Amino acid sequence: MRVPPRLEQRFVKVVLWSMTAITVFVLLFIVAYILRRGLPVLSLSFLTENPHEMGRTGGIFSTIVGTLALTAMALAVATPLGVGTAIFLNEYTWESRVTRIIRFGADCLAGIPSIIFGLFGFILFVIKMGFGWSILSGGLTLAFMILPTIIRTSEEALRSVPRSYREVSLSLGSTKWQMVTRVILPSALPGIVTGVILSVGRSIGETAAVIFTAGSALRLPTSLFSSSRTMSVHFYILAREGISMPNAYGTAAVLVLSILLVNIVTYRLMHRFIRKYS
Amino acid sequence: MSLIETEGLSLFYGNFQALKTISLNIESCRITALIGPSGCGKSTFLRCLNRMNDLIDGVRITGRVAIGGRDIYRRETDLLDLRRRVGMVFQRPNPFPLSVEDNVLFGLKVHGQTDRKILEEKLQRSLEAVHLWDELKDRLKTNALELTGEQQQRLCIARLAALEPEILLMDEPCSALDPIATEKIEALMFELRKRFTIVIVTHNMQQAARVSEETGYFLLGELIEFGETSRIFSAPRDQRTEDYITGRYG
Repeated sequence: MRVPPRLEQRFVKVVLWSMTAITVFVLLFIVAYILRRGLPVLSLSFLTENPHEMGRTGGIFSTIVGTLALTAMALAVATPLGVGTAIFLNEYTWESRVTRIIRFGADCLAGIPSIIFGLFGFILFVIKMGFGWSILSGGLTLAFMILPTIIRTSEEALRSVPRSYREVSLSLGSTKWQMVTRVILPSALPGIVTGVILSVGRSIGETAAVIFTAGSALRLPTSLFSSSRTMSVHFYILAREGISMPNAYGTAAVLVLSILLVNIVTYRLMHRFIRKYS
Repeated sequence: MSLIETEGLSLFYGNFQALKTISLNIESCRITALIGPSGCGKSTFLRCLNRMNDLIDGVRITGRVAIGGRDIYRRETDLLDLRRRVGMVFQRPNPFPLSVEDNVLFGLKVHGQTDRKILEEKLQRSLEAVHLWDELKDRLKTNALELTGEQQQRLCIARLAALEPEILLMDEPCSALDPIATEKIEALMFELRKRFTIVIVTHNMQQAARVSEETGYFLLGELIEFGETSRIFSAPRDQRTEDYITGRYG
């Protein structure tokens, strides 16, 4: 039986519309639910006091610091490595089997479950290299986790720089490195920054890889070798061990809000980037 | 001795031979035009003169290219210095997305010039040479992408002039410009000829006839005929050249 095209069109429109509606609803529901339960707990002291009694009372200050420290550590390692790799792949080699294998490897790395990264980090950094549960171990593990994202987004950004810029720069007698630093990177920067910020979101939210490598100490970290608990780990422990559901939701609300903030910033940047190069 | 001499120059992209034993002498301080249908190898030839073909994967070159009597494909050739001496103007105006000033001074800075006074003087002189100084002297900090196409192309020439090259290679420099802008750029070429040797690739025969003193006709990777422009256009020796310039081909 043939469906009349007009009817089909109407039907499809309704189906697609509902799909979109469901997606948006689920997203809004999660955010609204967490904020509704979490926001009442939020206060200045919740943000600025350290947790007491395993987190049953007090605030989440040390976990905010732990999250920031781990994320900063991860970025400090992954950004130069990732951008450097992208520059090498895009500017310093011809397309070949090797570059394709490297790219494929990066994509595979991006698909590995984070708990595997956690195990890897635990064995390599915590045990073998003797860093123990620490910001250093956790940060390095996170760095390897976000590396593929940074490589691919940086590559995309580099590739969007017109070929003619490269030609002109070299035809004026610049070295390749001068070309990269004076022409290519300034043009690709917004795109690279976008990728880095996306990775920030991922690092902030990561739990499995971090609990294995940074541990879950509640004290305020004092050095790279301190064990530290991130917000997501704190939430996990509070909720899972039933220590304090209100405080768990409070932590979740701070997490959701900070990730939202990061995404808004990314979105803005991306917008500006697209406007500039279209 | 001619400024540019090529002897049996052949170029291969993989198995495809794009240039077939080209031997050609180009004299200094003249305008030499290379004409021919699309894909005939004229741009490829031009890019051999500043070794821009090196940037393409799988290119192989045989034969000799000498500039000022020295083979530029020798191992010890300083590529950076070669490209400073042999500048290139491209088909589409391609200023960097930087200010007017940074565009003009890009080459000098890349080659290590840091003296503020020299840079300022070169900036003014280079822009004057292409008649942009009066238009842009109050807008030196504006982004070059905001200029008109013709201004951009002039700026690209100023960017080269700042380096005081010996040779200017122009790869269809007017094909993205309207006729009035083209006329102005051609007038500029006429002036610049006193200071630089200009080699221009064009598929516009009228342009070759108007601006050049010598013309070479390329077809399918071969140099069919080379000689004084007036002679080529009035009495070509090769039938194929005649077919092309009378519009029977290409």
